[in-house]
Amino acid sequence: MKEYTEPTAGKFGKYGGKFVPESLMAAVNELENEYAKASKDPAFSEELGRYLAQYGGRPTPLYFAKNLTEKWGGGRIYLKREDLLHGGAHKLNNTLGQALLSKRMGKRRVIAETGAGQHGVATAMACAVLDLDCEVYMGVEDMERQKLNVYRMKLLGAKVHSVNQGSRTLKDAINEALRDWVSNVEDTYYLIGSVVGPHPYPMMVRDFQSVIGEEIKSQSKGEIGELPDSVIACVGGGSNAIGAFHPLIQEDVKLIGVEAGGKGIESGQHAASLSAGKEGVLHGMMTYVLQDDNGQITATHSVSAGLDYPGVGPEHSFLKSEKRVEYVSVTDDEAVKAFVELSEEEGIMPALESAHAIAYASKVAKTVRGDKTIAIVLSGRGDKDVEVVAKLLGD
Amino acid sequence: MIELGIPFSDPIADGPTIQKASMESLNSGTTPMKVLAMALSLRSAINIPIIIMTYYNPVFQIGAEKFFKLSRDSGVDGVIIPDLPLEEAQEVRKAAKQFDIDLIFLASVTTPMTRIKRIVEATSGFLYFVSIQGVTGARQDIGGTITELVRKTAEIMGETHLAVGFGISSPDQVRDVLRSGANGVIVGSSIIDRIGTGTDSSLEELTKFISDLKAATKPA
Repeated sequence: MKEYTEPTAGKFGKYGGKFVPESLMAAVNELENEYAKASKDPAFSEELGRYLAQYGGRPTPLYFAKNLTEKWGGGRIYLKREDLLHGGAHKLNNTLGQALLSKRMGKRRVIAETGAGQHGVATAMACAVLDLDCEVYMGVEDMERQKLNVYRMKLLGAKVHSVNQGSRTLKDAINEALRDWVSNVEDTYYLIGSVVGPHPYPMMVRDFQSVIGEEIKSQSKGEIGELPDSVIACVGGGSNAIGAFHPLIQEDVKLIGVEAGGKGIESGQHAASLSAGKEGVLHGMMTYVLQDDNGQITATHSVSAGLDYPGVGPEHSFLKSEKRVEYVSVTDDEAVKAFVELSEEEGIMPALESAHAIAYASKVAKTVRGDKTIAIVLSGRGDKDVEVVAKLLGD
Repeated sequence: MIELGIPFSDPIADGPTIQKASMESLNSGTTPMKVLAMALSLRSAINIPIIIMTYYNPVFQIGAEKFFKLSRDSGVDGVIIPDLPLEEAQEVRKAAKQFDIDLIFLASVTTPMTRIKRIVEATSGFLYFVSIQGVTGARQDIGGTITELVRKTAEIMGETHLAVGFGISSPDQVRDVLRSGANGVIVGSSIIDRIGTGTDSSLEELTKFISDLKAATKPA
């Protein structure tokens, strides 16, 4: 595809933009300017790099999954171990970057939304270490299914606000965080957890997450001798996927994004915005959105709270329209099965989000020859999901 | 004028009152077409300008051109879309102009004066000035600096009218805002609060509330 690195006027093709109330325009424009400056400042990158290495534990390994490779009997399987990053998911790559930016901008109060709680935890960690105040919005339904993470955030010194509006999940947590930001814009930094929201968030969060793809690139040259033939990642908002894909866009690598198929696309109970949604505007961006004929955002379902979102990052919509990335979905059942399979075969419990990528990779692996390589982004670890999985399996 | 809302599932610029009203309205089956039909039936009964307030996604799904054509055919005079800032509005402005509907832009207390000037040039009908840093909903106090900001903005309005909204709920607030140079005042949440269950007594209370606000707009 044509070379591109930055969106033009805040847009990836026709996707993205700044569809926010006028009350937020000044803040969004300020953030755009400040990020532009920070991203060109070597001192900022150095400081972030230091935190990522010494606090976060980067680089994370690219692990050859021998047992899985043998069991699936096709391509060679590698796991990009973001589950080993501090906090247990890729989220910290972004929260450290944005928290440092917040500090640089002199905003001491940080707010965030969270679905599975992983972004909330990663934000609370970054704020604790950088001495910032942290408040996290979380839907009541998500608080119920991710109790452990709620407690972790509190232990890390964050204040957790329960959100009882709408579907009481991630979408509504974002709405409440945006309303908080509108009301406290002068002293508050809104630390978005995925490649969603108004420009510059989708671009900025992508940049912070691109460390995943950069490492895949250099590690695979060392481990495999060449780039992997395909890279597979789960897509909710899409930050771990875009972080893995972006540095590989110009390379000859097949890129596959796996959405949450819930109880099956045909059931209507899923969260597969790219596979089954329409173009629309939600949370400040033009992108693929799950909605009814009147433009009302519809309820979503996924066994994984982190994928349970009716929109998707605008850059993914663009990559879909350019046919550069293939977007597919797997069901709850397939994801749970993959959760168990990876636990049994490799002794690694994946987050239910990441289990979607594992599940689809097992289908791909069986169709390719043994000399092909597949890198799967293991975006997070599954300890937080043990209770949910136990319930589903009737234990 | 009367502001008629097309509810949206995710009203990020609105506080609890309008969120709740939007949800109830959607649950009872309200659609953009039903609201436009309501505008049309109102049009034959009253001469007051009718303004549609909604978010961008419902408009985008209908298609801007079709939406403004339908609005014109329903006797609508203006449209307010709070999550459509100037930069994203090119196509919508064209459609509004084509069907001679006012597209009313917003400015807020955080908008720099240079930007307010550009918005004043782009808006039609009037400029909707958001009086508080926050979402919609009744406030006891809308802040002392607002009158100063309204005064400054009023100076650069030229021929365009200036209306102030968000948080206004008392005759005193109406008087303050008008005294600082605004041409109009917009009240939403505190009217919705009083519509309540729609009983006769709530209608009476609502009528008195609006009359009191209206009286505050007239010279004493």
